[in-house]
Amino acid sequence: MSFQSNIPDGPLKEKWTKHKFDLKLVNPANKRKYNIIVVGTGLAGASAAASFAELGYNVQAFSYHESPRRAHSIAAQGGINAAKNYPNDGDSIYRLFYDTIKGGDYRAREANVYRLAEISNNIIDQCVAQGVPFAREYGGLLDNRSFGGAQVSRTFYARGQTGQQLLLGAYSALIRQMGKGTVQFHPRHEMLDLVLVNGEAKGIITRNLVTGEINRHSANAVVLATGGYGNVFFLSTNAMASNVTAAWRAHRKGAYFANPCFTQIHPTCIPVSSEHQSKLTLMSESLRNDGRVWVPKKKGDNRNPSDIPEEDRDYYLERLYPSFGNLVPRDVASRRAKDMCDKGHGVGNTGLAVYLDFSDAIQRLGRDAVSAKYGNLFDMYQQITGENPYETPMRIYPAVHYTMGGLWVDYNLMSNVPGLFVLGEANFSDHGANRLGASALMQGLADGYFIIPQTIGNYLSEKLNETVSIEDSAFSSAENDVRERAEKLLSVNGSRTVDDIHKELGKILWDNVGMSRESSGLNEAIQKIPALREEFWNNVRVPGNNESFNPELEKAGRVADFLELGETMARDALNREESCGGHFREEHQTEENEARRNDEGYTYVAAWEYQDGAPPNLHKESLNFENVSLTTRSYK
Amino acid sequence: MQITLKVWRQSDANSPGDFVSYPVDNVTEDMSFFEVIDMLNDELVLRGEEPIAFDHDCREGICGTCGIFIDGRAHGPLQGVTSCQVHMRSFTDGQEIVVEPWRARAFPVIKDLAVDRTAFDRIMASGGYISVNTGSSVDANATPISKHDADEAFDAAACIGCGACVASCKNASAMLFVGAKVSQYALLPQGQPESKERVLNMVATMDDEGFGSCTNTGACESECPKEISLEHIARMNREFIKASLG
Ligand SMILES: Cc1cc2nc3c(=O)[nH]c(=O)nc-3n(C[C@H](O)[C@H](O)[C@H](O)COP(=O)(O)OP(=O)(O)OC[C@H]3O[C@@H](n4cnc5c(N)ncnc54)[C@H](O)[C@@H]3O)c2cc1C
Ligand code: SF4
Ligand code: FES
Repeated sequence: MSFQSNIPDGPLKEKWTKHKFDLKLVNPANKRKYNIIVVGTGLAGASAAASFAELGYNVQAFSYHESPRRAHSIAAQGGINAAKNYPNDGDSIYRLFYDTIKGGDYRAREANVYRLAEISNNIIDQCVAQGVPFAREYGGLLDNRSFGGAQVSRTFYARGQTGQQLLLGAYSALIRQMGKGTVQFHPRHEMLDLVLVNGEAKGIITRNLVTGEINRHSANAVVLATGGYGNVFFLSTNAMASNVTAAWRAHRKGAYFANPCFTQIHPTCIPVSSEHQSKLTLMSESLRNDGRVWVPKKKGDNRNPSDIPEEDRDYYLERLYPSFGNLVPRDVASRRAKDMCDKGHGVGNTGLAVYLDFSDAIQRLGRDAVSAKYGNLFDMYQQITGENPYETPMRIYPAVHYTMGGLWVDYNLMSNVPGLFVLGEANFSDHGANRLGASALMQGLADGYFIIPQTIGNYLSEKLNETVSIEDSAFSSAENDVRERAEKLLSVNGSRTVDDIHKELGKILWDNVGMSRESSGLNEAIQKIPALREEFWNNVRVPGNNESFNPELEKAGRVADFLELGETMARDALNREESCGGHFREEHQTEENEARRNDEGYTYVAAWEYQDGAPPNLHKESLNFENVSLTTRSYK
Repeated sequence: MQITLKVWRQSDANSPGDFVSYPVDNVTEDMSFFEVIDMLNDELVLRGEEPIAFDHDCREGICGTCGIFIDGRAHGPLQGVTSCQVHMRSFTDGQEIVVEPWRARAFPVIKDLAVDRTAFDRIMASGGYISVNTGSSVDANATPISKHDADEAFDAAACIGCGACVASCKNASAMLFVGAKVSQYALLPQGQPESKERVLNMVATMDDEGFGSCTNTGACESECPKEISLEHIARMNREFIKASLG
């Protein structure tokens, strides 16, 4: 095991170039002798798998989806950042780097973030070449918008469906290789364990979700691109099936889990409406460019919003942050909305919502212009709530959206388990304690198209002919564990459904490890989650058998892992005695209720090592800032 | 509200299926149609019965995973909406709602309402891409593309691959799905170098996969949740003729 960040030395701007030169290469004639497993075919996995195959490697790709095009990446709305500076408004690679590292509240590595900004421009070129229909101006060139509080317009977008178009681009690259037979894609196959041989990742165990068949797959390296773990909260903007299992199984096999408590709560989502709510829907952040957020000044004022005159409204973001106003970063906007509702100013039936009002924008720009910009979002809102946002302000509330934490990786995107690489939202690498809008798509594609195809060779070059047979005992024992676990889940035959227990876990986490945290609540979560885990293993009911299409069994396995992750999140949040980015500790705030970082004590990545039957072990990777100075984020 | 779901149950591709009726109480207007199935499934599990299998993921109309007939219509009663976006305010108290899977030879049933649409991927693998390797592209602004063409290409690219077009066509034709992809690339300069092979190969694979031929009834367009226009089929036909003539 190695826990070295492997950040190359030299000046920031030359690190990646120099590193690429220093990496060992695999002889082109030998590439076809290597097998690479890619688990997950969202943006990160599809782009990686396609690029590996183009280089000549043999690729086995896996997804629990029926097609790569279904991955959760498809749902991204707003856009993707790049430092092209096409609008000539002062953007540069350095500025994108600076904004991202500052936005992450100085809890990410300088070298990684700089590389990300550097690669951002290649991504746009690549996607356009694939036929991704980004928005264009009348002159035929690409259009940009400002997004997520950025002071420059650097976001490329494809209406409100940027993720869809980027994923379809990556999918097309992947499917081209599938057609050529260089990538073998296994749809509806879920990875349920990682196989280690002599401490190195050499394969995986999967379950065919249609037939229930359990299979072994061996390779020279394993790449996980399995997405984020926001669904640990039950309700989130993630797709229903998004889960942590692949990452968690790897964690149990020794891969460190970094900064699990860094979760992002997005400020503009449609509020919960019923106890049967199954998921939450994001209303793109771009709405804050024109919508104004407000609550009634008077507590419990339940007049119709149109009956509340200007002087009785509190446009609290504009009041508290005159220079950024409604465009403050996500973490700040979310926490302020919660504050307002906690103080009794919330609106709607539940009191857990604030208004996002477009009446000024409609007056200023006209209804047609507003509709051209946001029409599809307004329609979606109306479809879900039955209310017309052209006429009455939207009601919004924060919801879990993204997870900055994930498996720890070094500069080469390799975890501390040799041969195990982690890409996209599944790793922890670039967003620190808070991710800026339009930067996850950028990171996933940077990882998949441009970083891993270079760095994996450095590892593989020394592993020629090191493929392990699936008859090896490491494979049989991992397969046994997978079978036993399924049998165990099916045999409990208790009285609670998987969802019922998942909802209870979600509530514990939302109340204690959500938008604001303090030690007593965190300790409470650390007590309650293990008890709920007990309850799960003794009282869950999973119908059917292992030998058929059984979605309840799939969910049960994922929730079992969430029940372990949740506790580690609480421990990580308790350990971090500071407020930074999305991690807000009540105990650490200024008089004006702003986050107070503790740079002396906590300028590190918290990487947790799994321990069987005991709390995880903390390893610290300290973060060194050589180019930027740590300032307090101020959006006033 | 109280409703009755009359649901197609089929244990796998090789078994016969049948409708089973389930009364469901405590339904509220704000619930999505899938949340009603969730609630029913929880009851079924606790009663010791098999829950209803159905495909879904994003639940916001973009991933294309969901797709069922609700009350005789692909994706339910509303225009431009996927199954997962249907809410109970579209129904009335006491209503019986018939729920069925896509029915098409090329989409075999996996279980209950879930079907296998991997035939779509095989069509795409035969030409639904532009052959450009990672890293070999020029600056994104090197080739201006008229906004009009880019917008139209986008309209085609909005297809979510749900299969409603196939399921609602009496011939189970995949022309709208294939037409959308061919059309997207036909409208863009990047798509030109491979335009001939693309259309010929994709159409050939479509036929091999057992999809029927198009007789221009337009059912696909009216049931498509992304309102993909028949014009894309027309454009594909033109591409096909051009390619066949050499
Ligand atoms: C509603 C919404 C809007 C967003 N909008 C934006 C935006 O505008 N801009 C932006 O930059 N970011 C946005 N994001 C964030 C961004 O979409 C995601 O972070 C990113 O797409 C994740 O990509 P990924 O490839 O890492 O994972 P995913 O796309 O989640 O893919 C995960 C893949 O792993 C597979 N998988 C997982 N576990 C297993 C297993 N055990 N076995 C087999 N396969 C497995 C899945 O099948 C899937 O193929 C948004 C997110 C949401 C929820
Ligand atoms: S053309 Fe429409 S109906 Fe057909 S697969 Fe695409 S989105 Fe679905
Ligand atoms: S579940 Fe994604 S489109 Fe319906």
